[in-house]
Amino acid sequence: MKKIISLFVSIHFCFFAFSQESNIGVITGNFNLNLQSYQEDSKIGAEAQDEIILNNAYLNLNYTRGNFASGIRYESYLNALADFDPEFKGNGIMYRYATYSIDNLEITAGNYYEQLGSGLIFRSYEEKGLGIDNAMDGVRLKYVPIDGLYLKTFIGKSRTHFTYSDGIFRGADAELNINEILNSELKTKFILGGSFVSRYQQRDNLIFQIPQNVSAYASRINLMHGKWSNFGEYAYKINDPANVLSQSQMNYANGTAFTQNITFSKRGFGISAEMHRTDNMTFKSDRDRDGKAYIINYIPTLSKPHTYSLLALYPCATQADGELGIQFDIFYKFKKGSRLGGKYGTKIAINYSQINALEGGPSFLNDIRTHKPTFINFDEVLHYQDFNISVAKKINRKLNTNFIFANQTYNKDVLEGKPIGDYGILNSTILVSDISYKIKAGHTIRLELQSLISSQIEDGKQPKEGDWSMSLIEYTISPHWFLSIQDMYNYGNEDINKQLHYVNINAGFIKGANRFEIGYGKKREGIFCVGGVCKTVPSSNGFSLSVSSSF
Amino acid sequence: MFKKTLLTFLTAISTITFCFSQTKSLPNVDLKTLDGSKFNITEIENEGGPIVISFWATWCKPCKKELNNIAEIYEDWQDETNVKVIAISIDDSRSMSKVNPYVNASDWEYEVYLDTNSDLKRAMGVSTVPHTFLLNSQKEIVWQHKGYIEGDENELYKEIKKLVK
Repeated sequence: MKKIISLFVSIHFCFFAFSQESNIGVITGNFNLNLQSYQEDSKIGAEAQDEIILNNAYLNLNYTRGNFASGIRYESYLNALADFDPEFKGNGIMYRYATYSIDNLEITAGNYYEQLGSGLIFRSYEEKGLGIDNAMDGVRLKYVPIDGLYLKTFIGKSRTHFTYSDGIFRGADAELNINEILNSELKTKFILGGSFVSRYQQRDNLIFQIPQNVSAYASRINLMHGKWSNFGEYAYKINDPANVLSQSQMNYANGTAFTQNITFSKRGFGISAEMHRTDNMTFKSDRDRDGKAYIINYIPTLSKPHTYSLLALYPCATQADGELGIQFDIFYKFKKGSRLGGKYGTKIAINYSQINALEGGPSFLNDIRTHKPTFINFDEVLHYQDFNISVAKKINRKLNTNFIFANQTYNKDVLEGKPIGDYGILNSTILVSDISYKIKAGHTIRLELQSLISSQIEDGKQPKEGDWSMSLIEYTISPHWFLSIQDMYNYGNEDINKQLHYVNINAGFIKGANRFEIGYGKKREGIFCVGGVCKTVPSSNGFSLSVSSSF
Repeated sequence: MFKKTLLTFLTAISTITFCFSQTKSLPNVDLKTLDGSKFNITEIENEGGPIVISFWATWCKPCKKELNNIAEIYEDWQDETNVKVIAISIDDSRSMSKVNPYVNASDWEYEVYLDTNSDLKRAMGVSTVPHTFLLNSQKEIVWQHKGYIEGDENELYKEIKKLVK
């Protein structure tokens, strides 16, 4: 009897729930596992790990119903992969939140990710591949009092590895969409924004009068007219002695950053021009600690994020302490049926970026508080330069091609934080050809050939890696299978013992929302970047397994 | 007695779970349109026709391949099934400004939205891009797929056709 009642109740509950708001909520989430074995390979400098196998895994679980949402993330590092900070260690629920919204007010308690403007003064985000997760823990309010006015404010501490750093952050942001407020049909659109963030950290330094409260603010404007769009943001950080904490070099300088972007686009054509300047703009969640886990703002890198391996061999990383850069992009599609377009059209993308040091040097290198580097002059020290052109053309229903030419200049000493003069400045000319051929329905074979010719613009003391080649062959069977073999070959290495092949084999199976991949091979020691934030990856040799699943 | 209680418990749980698994509607998350206005994902509309939501980024090769391949046959798809494709860019402030020039230059006919803070990506359980969802006439998620390999659009189209039979 009890059973029947209970069944009845639960069914009833179910129907009730349906009738209420179509359901009793939705559960979503995902699971990811990355496992890697580490064997020694003295030639490439790969070390064996005591644990033999290292592992990163996490599970996200979200529950939403109408205006209510909550969720958790369970993370497991037993122990963390070799390219992760070893401070990621152990298991735990490091992310949990509850949020609801009512009458245009949204309240979040627990963990949240937040970004003010383009992130110049504050950005809390996660980039699992890099081991970055500076989620906030605290409360956040978002409020829309009238259409077109968006307010938010928050308070919290920022996550570093498996704990929270010392600084307490208080932030606020207001965005005004003029057209929405005036309910106007004006062709020109204006969006204005202003943000403020302040960090409190107790003073425990007996020698220096370090400010306990450090604030930063930014203002932004977004103007759009027809095919034109313009975005600009200016940020300012009040004195924050943090970068160099020694008696001889105490830094009370203020920080500034600005970013400016103009785009024009119409059917078949798009152009974008960008510029940014940053000076003493490293903003940390703990003034006494170094490392990317403590960075709380985000200065986007002014270069194209490459995915082909030799194009990304020497990637650019933002020097928030001081740089000036420009970037241009052109996208063009030759129409179908035109002479250069052929039957399917041809796509061209051209990109140029150049980043130099600030003339006069960044403010923090000077003891004089009033020191100002020149505002908009390129210093002769080049950090990075990249010119690349990509042509994508479909030849016929079976054959697809993509060719890229690039010339990159890379100041290895500056960008990798090495002593000046160790590696000097490298120049690489890179060619990529990527050809795929459809054998039959669902079966595709893809061949990728890349070459990098290297020369030195400024010589360094250390041995050079020189020229590289890369070849990849991939076979895919839609919708489930893929197999690829790739070989990166450092044939031009100055050290004859280091003219090595780095071979990798990967195979995988995908079904719906599940993906499995196994691999075996050698990885080169290098820099791996996402969005201009980079991590050093040690060389490794071994098996890998990755499982990823969404629900 | 214990057995009975357990059974009751299990029945109740499974009924509730059944309830959960029935529908998967879209979460209540704000995105931005290409001209900077706020847009809630639950407001997407295709007059009862199927909707495809594809997460992508300007730096993601397979994502662009998927959306470019669909773009070539999108007209046929629309004629036959009235499907609507919505492309959600997860580009952050580094590459966000290139979304519009890229989309226009590529001649895409899709509705494009920006998920700069990855709020929707997290809420929908997406860990990597590309990730594609298919929604039925009630805007409920009925199918999803991770990654893209050449030819996957045919698999997607089969699923779309099932919805319009």
